[in-house]
Amino acid sequence: MNFRRTALRVALFITCYNDTLFPETGKAAVRVLERLGHTVEFPSGQTCCGQMHWNTGYQAEALPLVRRFVEQFRDAEAVVVPSSSCVAMMRDHYPLMAGELHDEALKRDLNVLLPKVWEFSEFLTKKLGLEDVGASYPHKVTYHASCHGLRNLGLGDGPIQLLKSVRGIELIPIEGLEQCCGFGGTFAVKNADVSAAMLADKTKAVIDTGAEICTACDNSCLMHIEGGLHRQRTGVRTLHLAEILAGEER
Amino acid sequence: MSRIPLDPATAPAFPKAAKVSLHDLQLRRNVKHATNVIQTKRQRVVGERPDWQQLREAGRQIREHALAYMDEYLEQFERNCEAAGGHVHWARDAEEARQIVVRLATEAGSREVVKIKSMTTEEIHLNNALEAAGINAIETDLAELIIQLGQDQPSHIVVPALHKSRHEIREIFLREMGLKHLGEEPADLAEAARTYLRKKFLTVQTAISGANFLIAETGSVCIVESEGNGRMCLTLPQTLITIAGIDKVLPRFQDLEVMLQLLPRSATGERMNPYNSIWTGLHENDGPRNFHVVLMDNARTDVLADPEGRQTLYCIRCGACQNACPVYRQTGGHAYGSVYAGPIGAILTPQLQKMEHAQSLPYASSLCGACYEVCPVKINIPEVLIHLRNKVVKQQTRGMGRLNPEAVAMKVLGMIFRSESRFRAAQKFGRAAEKPLVNREGWIGWLPGMLGGWTQARDLHAMPQQTFREWFDAREKKDRGHA
Repeated sequence: MNFRRTALRVALFITCYNDTLFPETGKAAVRVLERLGHTVEFPSGQTCCGQMHWNTGYQAEALPLVRRFVEQFRDAEAVVVPSSSCVAMMRDHYPLMAGELHDEALKRDLNVLLPKVWEFSEFLTKKLGLEDVGASYPHKVTYHASCHGLRNLGLGDGPIQLLKSVRGIELIPIEGLEQCCGFGGTFAVKNADVSAAMLADKTKAVIDTGAEICTACDNSCLMHIEGGLHRQRTGVRTLHLAEILAGEER
Repeated sequence: MSRIPLDPATAPAFPKAAKVSLHDLQLRRNVKHATNVIQTKRQRVVGERPDWQQLREAGRQIREHALAYMDEYLEQFERNCEAAGGHVHWARDAEEARQIVVRLATEAGSREVVKIKSMTTEEIHLNNALEAAGINAIETDLAELIIQLGQDQPSHIVVPALHKSRHEIREIFLREMGLKHLGEEPADLAEAARTYLRKKFLTVQTAISGANFLIAETGSVCIVESEGNGRMCLTLPQTLITIAGIDKVLPRFQDLEVMLQLLPRSATGERMNPYNSIWTGLHENDGPRNFHVVLMDNARTDVLADPEGRQTLYCIRCGACQNACPVYRQTGGHAYGSVYAGPIGAILTPQLQKMEHAQSLPYASSLCGACYEVCPVKINIPEVLIHLRNKVVKQQTRGMGRLNPEAVAMKVLGMIFRSESRFRAAQKFGRAAEKPLVNREGWIGWLPGMLGGWTQARDLHAMPQQTFREWFDAREKKDRGHA
């Protein structure tokens, strides 16, 4: 396979919860990007996009994180983020937040920087124009379309095309693809009962596919679904899309 | 036959009310079934329109314009309505609106009034006020009749009895109409309601209606409905009293071209409603002899004054967001403690009722965005929810509120995220602190305090021993070593 094209300097924004709870996703993203001939940088001052604070109503805590992101990633050729909801946060809310800060320079910086920010799967499909990234993963897999990827980023069937090109994979569609899993950040704690009811519908749909693995472009949904699947001792696991695309023939 | 009205001022917080609804499995089955049916129909008729997105954009712009010049359009409506023989009354709030309607109904000399479904009258608890004045209000919309006879509360803005199954409705009719026999089929139920209501239409001399739209250009009022019972109310009685929120105004008659394509498709999944009534003032030898319109503010101008909350008023009450909402679909409408349930209720109620009364509603959403996707006038409901959450937090963290556990946790996390070294230290600290909670297989099955909500139905895997950034650091160091 020939992946030779202009090699990019990719700055990875791992996001706070992937960094802490899902390092394997980051490693997999690095493996895929390097396999495709790009170099990966990790601006070490990065922390969090501010989504949790912003979505929960703690605006004052979220606002400084916009400047922090711009400072850390200003010089990147491309910023890749393995979390659809964090990308949605930046794309949909950062310009608004710069307005709240009455910071014209920040607004200009965002205008330049945000078009270079890509969710991991859309970087592959839209920026690089790839569907086959040379992966092999001989397992039964079902794909969960995270709400922010589906509605805010308009990922469409990009992730599904990537998965279809994986060697050995058996991709099984899930019933109610567009239904939220019930995570919603602090919603899962503040409205735990409703969230659990939504999760019960989702885990049932996952189990009904007969898949071994449920994948998505967002570990926050997967952490939620995984939590339910594990509590019910189903044996079904969850795995970020990057980790499937990092799979290689042995 | 009074019933306890849905009142955000006294209703329990959403999570608590939702818990009650979640235990009602029959209700959840009914809600899921009904919303599935409507959504499927909606998708079919929306899919027929290749220009659906343009229609939505047109709808949005019409509503945006109408509300930006609301004062002028309302006065234009008043002039044109009065020129055609109607009387226009202005009500600052619910109390004034109730007083005006009760006075008009009393002056008409009626001990009974027939009503066509109106969420605005539900909003102001009009039926209770009428009853207190000795006037019996009879709901004539089939769903509202079911609600009234069952001493229940509406749970949906378009399909108020959506939470009831046909068998439950049959039980209510048998009991409340004093029937000996009644079939199981929808046609049997409709026939029973028709017989019950027909007598009322032919005898009651005063009607009360809501309005879907007010047309400024012509002074007309527009109502769309499925059963024709509204048409009966609008044409048979001597006196017609229409009550409408001031947000219902449209500039031109031609705007109905867009709205009457968006509304039925979004609301009931129909290309057109079976009954579309548009009337202008009075007509000789036809229809009512007296026609009043009560234009009610009731905090709508406060909503209008907030640039970020304003779009809430673009709502044309189709209920599509309710049918699409995964939260509403689990709980049904009563958990929202307001006649306006679901996503639109979660943003409308806190703004109409002052925040203190509805602080939990902006959080009754996972922000999945399904509501925004289906909204025919493109109200960005998730964005407004976040805006209102910010207002709630500002209220809750005033004074000693700064010390509530959530506010403190958020503040600390904010400080952590503002510094790389603090973030690294917090990651290390978290790994050490969670140890007592982690079982042998590396999972956490119980968490304390607020976080306990998570572990009531979900496990959490323990933090890995190395963060991503620690791995990346080590890798770089190794690379440099090789170089």
